[in-house]
Amino acid sequence: MNDFYLIRKNLTRNKLRMSLNLFAIFIAFFLFGALGSIKNAFDAGVDLAAADRLVVVNSISFTQTLPVAYANKIKSIEGVRKVTWANWFGGYYQDPKQMAMTFIVDPESYLDVYSELQLTDNEKNRWFNNRQGVVVGEQLAKNYGWEKGDRIPISSNIFSLHEGGHTWDVVIDGIFKGETEGVDTSYMLMHHKYFFETQAYPGEWLGWLTVTTADPELNETISRAIDQQFANSSAETETTTEAAFNKAFIEQVGDIGQIITLVVLAAFFSILMIVGNSMMLSVRERVKEIAVLKTLGFPSARVFIMVLAESLLLACVGGLLGSVFAEVMIGGLTQVPAITRIFPNLVITAETWMTAVFLMLLLGCLTGFFPALRALKLKTIDALSKG
Amino acid sequence: MTDFIYELKQVHKKFVKGQESVEIFDGLDLGIKRGDFVSIMGPSGSGKTTLLNMLGGVDRPSSGALLFDGNPINDLNEGQLAKWRADHIGFIFQFYNLMPMLTAEKNVELPLLLKKLSPKKRKENVATALELVGLGERAKHRPNELSGGQQQRVAIARAIVSDPDVLLCDEPTGDLDRSTATDILENLQLLNKEFNKTIIMVTHDPVAAAYANTSLHLDKGVFVEKDVAA
Ligand SMILES: Nc1ncnc2c1ncn2[C@@H]1O[C@H](COP(=O)(O)OP(=O)(O)OP(=O)(O)O)[C@@H](O)[C@H]1O
Ligand SMILES: [Mg+2]
Repeated sequence: MNDFYLIRKNLTRNKLRMSLNLFAIFIAFFLFGALGSIKNAFDAGVDLAAADRLVVVNSISFTQTLPVAYANKIKSIEGVRKVTWANWFGGYYQDPKQMAMTFIVDPESYLDVYSELQLTDNEKNRWFNNRQGVVVGEQLAKNYGWEKGDRIPISSNIFSLHEGGHTWDVVIDGIFKGETEGVDTSYMLMHHKYFFETQAYPGEWLGWLTVTTADPELNETISRAIDQQFANSSAETETTTEAAFNKAFIEQVGDIGQIITLVVLAAFFSILMIVGNSMMLSVRERVKEIAVLKTLGFPSARVFIMVLAESLLLACVGGLLGSVFAEVMIGGLTQVPAITRIFPNLVITAETWMTAVFLMLLLGCLTGFFPALRALKLKTIDALSKG
Repeated sequence: MTDFIYELKQVHKKFVKGQESVEIFDGLDLGIKRGDFVSIMGPSGSGKTTLLNMLGGVDRPSSGALLFDGNPINDLNEGQLAKWRADHIGFIFQFYNLMPMLTAEKNVELPLLLKKLSPKKRKENVATALELVGLGERAKHRPNELSGGQQQRVAIARAIVSDPDVLLCDEPTGDLDRSTATDILENLQLLNKEFNKTIIMVTHDPVAAAYANTSLHLDKGVFVEKDVAA
């Protein structure tokens, strides 16, 4: 027997009370993990935005295009390191309901700028030299069961081929992974030369440009320089940081993050009250036993720690169960294509886990502190003299 | 070296609550010999429990000296006092005060958590203590599976397991019937005679008091000593 045995026995002596407390904590941490991962999915775009990347779009709207010549003009602006560009394709696979987000890009410069997309040198070279090739994000490939070398029909709900129809035949030259877990890999990249050779509209254009700067400090100056360069032209530009661009995009969905935070806060506040009250009650029921421990010679500090540890144990067991359950459930959800299409970055991040563990400890300490303090201050003679 | 295990010199004890104060002891002198079995009787409210609490270091005299083995224990701080209790004192209460969620043997083992002993030695000590009170077979039972007398014997085993010098018993048979009480008292007598434990027992029962070698009568904070033939 040791102190931990006593702590455990004290915790489990009232099975019903313990189960109810565990359940409440379980639910709170389950919510925290599950809703946290959804919040992450929304925030991922903003968090992952590189500090040194700027996005240049048409100032009328980001659905309006820009002339191809802008790429070289921007490249010559001081402080600009790299430039790449992309176009919307609006892709689907076989059925318009089966979305397959596709960007039309310049392969070399795009992968250079978006260095978080990882391909082997072999895959890169094959794609760079194969106009009909595409590279597909890991998540998208998983959704449709595509593999490297597959020839797939990819249709556009915006563009058509000059020979008629909306469906391009492409070959998967590589499947890209994200450098970190949160990187979105639910889209594919198509060779711009292949697209412009085969599509029906006259000419070429750019949807938007992504620019990297020599130093994030210069972002603002460079943004202004770019926009000034094209001021009063037929296609004026609006340059923002990638983070701001992504955020604007996400805000159309509403501030989910804030709502989730509020829900989780409410849940935590409730269990703080419930569990705190119940711990207080359980110590009040045991004043005599605590007095006996002290009479036997247990130092007050040791009794304090034992009561605090009981709360910590409860919070950690309930919290870990809830978090693990959330992890398992989220893991299961990411196997469902219908869900990953909406939430491509659904993961419980290490940061969420760390916060959860911190919250467990905080909950344990807060709910255990006052009961433990009561135990610490308990006068043995008073407690033992009452029948 | 003195042959008194306890010496009380001019002990005063006053309880103060707000404006009111009750003087329980007003200059008490007392010596208790090592290895003695002392019974303390007296009317309710005469200060028996208060005295026992002071002897056990869970309460302090308001003034005066309380010597244990010639050393003043009123000088010790809370932490030192706790350690001193664990080393020297075994407590036996009227209402047993066992931990309901622990088996008899775990209850007995409790004071050993304060000692550095090997697990093997610990087990041995627990088994010996339970054997001594005749509860070897009940080691795995919880308090609610034991009779009052059996629970009190577990409490005695708990009090003696770390081999203290003194057993302080506050009405140990107060809640038990005559024959069970006799068992307990014989147990205590054995511990006194065979193991040389100093026992100080508060009781209301003259029959119980008769097991002691020295009987003290406390009245209004003053001792009236009279020998009772055992
Ligand atoms: N913590 C305390 N605060 C105030 N007064 C107290 C306290 N403890 C005891 N007393 C008072 O001291 C007196 C002696 O109490 P004590 O418990 O020592 O008596 P007792 O002889 O053990 O009585 P009983 O036979 O009923 O157990 C009583 O008047 C009691 O009210
Ligand atoms: Mg009393």
